Amino acid sequence: MRTVAIIAAKELRDGVRNRWIVAAILLLAGLALAIAFLGSGPVGTINASRLSTTVAGLTTLSVYLVPLIALMLSYDAIIGEIERGTLLLLLSYPVRRWQVLAGKFFGHLAILILAIGIGYGLMGVAIWAMEGVKPDEVPALLNLIGSSVLLGAVFLALGYLLSTVSRERATAAGLAVALWLVLAVIYDLALLGLIVADGGRLIGEELFSALLMVNPTSAFRIHNLMQYESVSAAAGLIGPDGAANYAMASTLGSMTLWLFSAGLAAQGLFRRVDP
Amino acid sequence: MTEVGCNLDGHQILVELEKVSKRYGEHLVVSDVSLAARSGECLALLGHNGAGKTTLFKLILGLIRANKGSVRVSGAEPGSAAFHDIRRTIGFLPESVAFQDAMTGREVLEFYARLKQVPDKECDQLLKRMGLIDAASQRVATYSKGMRQRLGLAQALLGEPRLLLLDEPTTGLDPELRWHFFDTIERMRKAGTAVIISSHALSEIQAHADRYAILTKGQLAALGTLGEMKKQAGLPLRIRLTFGAGKAKGAARALDGPCNLAKVNDKHIYLNCPVAEKMSVLRMISDLKDPAQDVEIEPPRLEDLYVHFTGWERLQ
Repeated sequence: MRTVAIIAAKELRDGVRNRWIVAAILLLAGLALAIAFLGSGPVGTINASRLSTTVAGLTTLSVYLVPLIALMLSYDAIIGEIERGTLLLLLSYPVRRWQVLAGKFFGHLAILILAIGIGYGLMGVAIWAMEGVKPDEVPALLNLIGSSVLLGAVFLALGYLLSTVSRERATAAGLAVALWLVLAVIYDLALLGLIVADGGRLIGEELFSALLMVNPTSAFRIHNLMQYESVSAAAGLIGPDGAANYAMASTLGSMTLWLFSAGLAAQGLFRRVDP
Repeated sequence: MTEVGCNLDGHQILVELEKVSKRYGEHLVVSDVSLAARSGECLALLGHNGAGKTTLFKLILGLIRANKGSVRVSGAEPGSAAFHDIRRTIGFLPESVAFQDAMTGREVLEFYARLKQVPDKECDQLLKRMGLIDAASQRVATYSKGMRQRLGLAQALLGEPRLLLLDEPTTGLDPELRWHFFDTIERMRKAGTAVIISSHALSEIQAHADRYAILTKGQLAALGTLGEMKKQAGLPLRIRLTFGAGKAKGAARALDGPCNLAKVNDKHIYLNCPVAEKMSVLRMISDLKDPAQDVEIEPPRLEDLYVHFTGWERLQ
């Protein structure tokens, strides 16, 4: 555990040193505040509070940004160190390989928690200070922060996996972009297109929910939009009736499953890496 | 020359490779190599780029596994669970060492010290010893090549290792730092550390190593002390005779036949002389009608042995 903590602390310090955390906080806080205060046009007369609409907007933002930030942190975690020659030295120390991966994971996770927590937290504080927040809206925001961190963790693990299978840093970067495009952008659109084309003949409601659950970013979106009445109303969704199909357990379960499978696969492959 | 008077028999074998082979795909990088390193000795690994030196280091460190043969370090198989704690007793300086540029020299060293469970206070001592204490709070990004190399050596010396593996350690160091570097190695060696050092600088390493392993294309071409390798190679002594102007030609006629003349010009004769015939050749030289003004005898150097064993023809 000591070794994992030492490596995690180093990764976190790297993140602070090279302004990674500051950049991520500014990006997330800036966009969150923009959604909160500039994006109020669409709210119009709908009976939805500012925090709820913002959480709905931030969910969509998180779907794109959190995986991107996580992949940028993780894609060169292994191959980058191999190319710089630092992994060879690190592994010559009394350090087990799983400890290297776990240390990097917890260090990067701490960076994500700080960036998302502070970025979105600042936005919550700003809304509370300006127009107040209803008590039942706070869990929605906390839930958004928590599940965004979980989504980030999934993409950290996926990034390590890409980083261990790639022979070059550039390959890992390319794969990371491709993975991001597929999971965060194309998947939902493709599914939507499929449903429209299908016209309800083959893809029933059950298969549709299953297909949504398979993708961690879709699971994340559902998790946040369907959880709370106030948020789903703000997002223009039908409300808790529709949400019944998507139990909290299965959205979180899908993401957790992704996290562990990608993490274990990365660990299994990392054991065979020649530094 | 440290080859003489070094009693190796009483020392413990720390590294032992037995018929080790390692292949990457179709490419055989290390082939059937057997060698050992004992405590208190400095073993030099010599060979061209890609001869398998770095691969040998990785095998000894347990970072890769041999396809054939066995590797043992302090009695354990590298990469096994038992080896984990033995890593604490090993210092390693990789070729062209790199660090996290955003960290300061002291932070880098403390990071590695913590991984080895060495107290932080040892870091400042090492930084002082390496002449880096004034730059300790600067980022590694601002370090020169020589400073990085010294920081690399400092991390290798953490925890007073019993086995020191150095992959081309003196590249990028100026003469003064080289001297200082070998002085440090010598002290470690005397304290009982086994040192394995790979190098291209043959004339430099000749003054510092006890034994040599010459690798070519992954195979061990020669292994032993300088004296053993000389005997094995049977290389001739080189003798250079200097004469007054125009006298060399006549002397060459007298010497030709019994001696092997390598080159003759106006003032000089270059002879190759088998070690066993040294005295008879010298007698012949002293009996010359026109005596030589000067005689220089040069025994085979490590460089000559290297050329001999790797089969690489020196550019004349």
